[in-house]
Amino acid sequence: MKKYSQETIVGIFVLIGLLCVAYLTIKLGKMELLGGNYYHISAAFDNVGGLKPDSSVQMAGVEIGRVQSIKLDTENYMAVVRMKIKKNVPIQEDAIASIKTSGLIGDKYVSIQPGGSDELLGEGGVITDTESAVDIESLISKYVFGSVKK
Amino acid sequence: MNPESVEGQGSLLRFINWLGQITIKIVSELGAIAIFFVYGFTLIFSLPFQFRKIVQQIYFIGVKSFLIISLIGLFTGMVLGLQGYYSLVKFGSEGMLGAAVALSLIRELGPVLTALMIIGRAGSSIAAEIGIMRISEQIDALDTMDINPMRYLVSPRIAASIISFPLLTALFDVIGILGGYLTGVLLLGVNSGIFFNRIYDSVVAKDITGGFIKSLVFALLVSTICCYQGYFTHMRPGGYGAKGVSLATTSAVVISCVCVLVVDYVLTSFLL
Repeated sequence: MKKYSQETIVGIFVLIGLLCVAYLTIKLGKMELLGGNYYHISAAFDNVGGLKPDSSVQMAGVEIGRVQSIKLDTENYMAVVRMKIKKNVPIQEDAIASIKTSGLIGDKYVSIQPGGSDELLGEGGVITDTESAVDIESLISKYVFGSVKK
Repeated sequence: MNPESVEGQGSLLRFINWLGQITIKIVSELGAIAIFFVYGFTLIFSLPFQFRKIVQQIYFIGVKSFLIISLIGLFTGMVLGLQGYYSLVKFGSEGMLGAAVALSLIRELGPVLTALMIIGRAGSSIAAEIGIMRISEQIDALDTMDINPMRYLVSPRIAASIISFPLLTALFDVIGILGGYLTGVLLLGVNSGIFFNRIYDSVVAKDITGGFIKSLVFALLVSTICCYQGYFTHMRPGGYGAKGVSLATTSAVVISCVCVLVVDYVLTSFLL
């Protein structure tokens, strides 16, 4: 068997290590090498209960982007959610953004229903039509205390 | 309480004296380690660059730990898959297995177990090697030949640790996830698509950078402590010669392990 030099073996080791690092950061960490494939829109909600930065943004159940940041607008006390959306997904200006839950106790996500308008949202666009998160706890308590049927 | 000192004033004074001694000793030891680290670290960048010595140390610290890290990573992942499955199946959410395995590996077990294994494999021998060089007066010989022993012995080891630790941690994570796949998907029948998609969904960039920050900090910590213990073998109060080397090796391993686990807690609380 040919004896490899120490440099070669160290080189192979570093290469394998770097491959693992690359797998972790690019595939699992979803690091964007270019970062230019998204545009940003925002929407204001009454209640975002449980939505977190990096939650997914979906349309018809398909992920089209991610939540970037959630801030409180102190003027009218609304939660402003900033999202990045893939460039190849156009969103109309009358689209409806709502906060949904996957499963009964699953993660919160933003669901966007397409609108009918010809005007498309560009970089920095704002969705005006929003539906807040359904507060399951208050729904359950209403059901338990019997005020849901009234 | 000191039983032999009956007079109240004397024993109190002695206690305060003892407390002061201990404090001064600990603080000066910490300061010595800090100076040792800064000196050794800055000498990495001194010219001429010691490329060959660093490669040799990467070979020793990194390449030779490759197999043991792979083995430990595989079995850690497999046992995580097994344990996670039996906990999650009670709630009918065994689909979360991938996320549980991947997150616990990347955030916590990868960096810590890798560091502990390298301490056991490489850290102990670093301390023993430098310790024996010290007691057989080879370090003094280096000094006499106008070779800076810190630059010659300590800096390449610190540099090699900085390179090896994150790479080995990444290897540990990837192989651990593979191990989780083996038990979770092949043995216990979790859907493989769900397994991997849960991993992709739940792991975010912050988890991975957090893991790498941890492993870098551990690299600095472990290499510094092990080199320091070996380098100052001759100043140990416990004994000189072979006894001193054995004590230095033991305390290098023990102190590094304790530091890694304590710093891991502190870092986790900062990174969360």
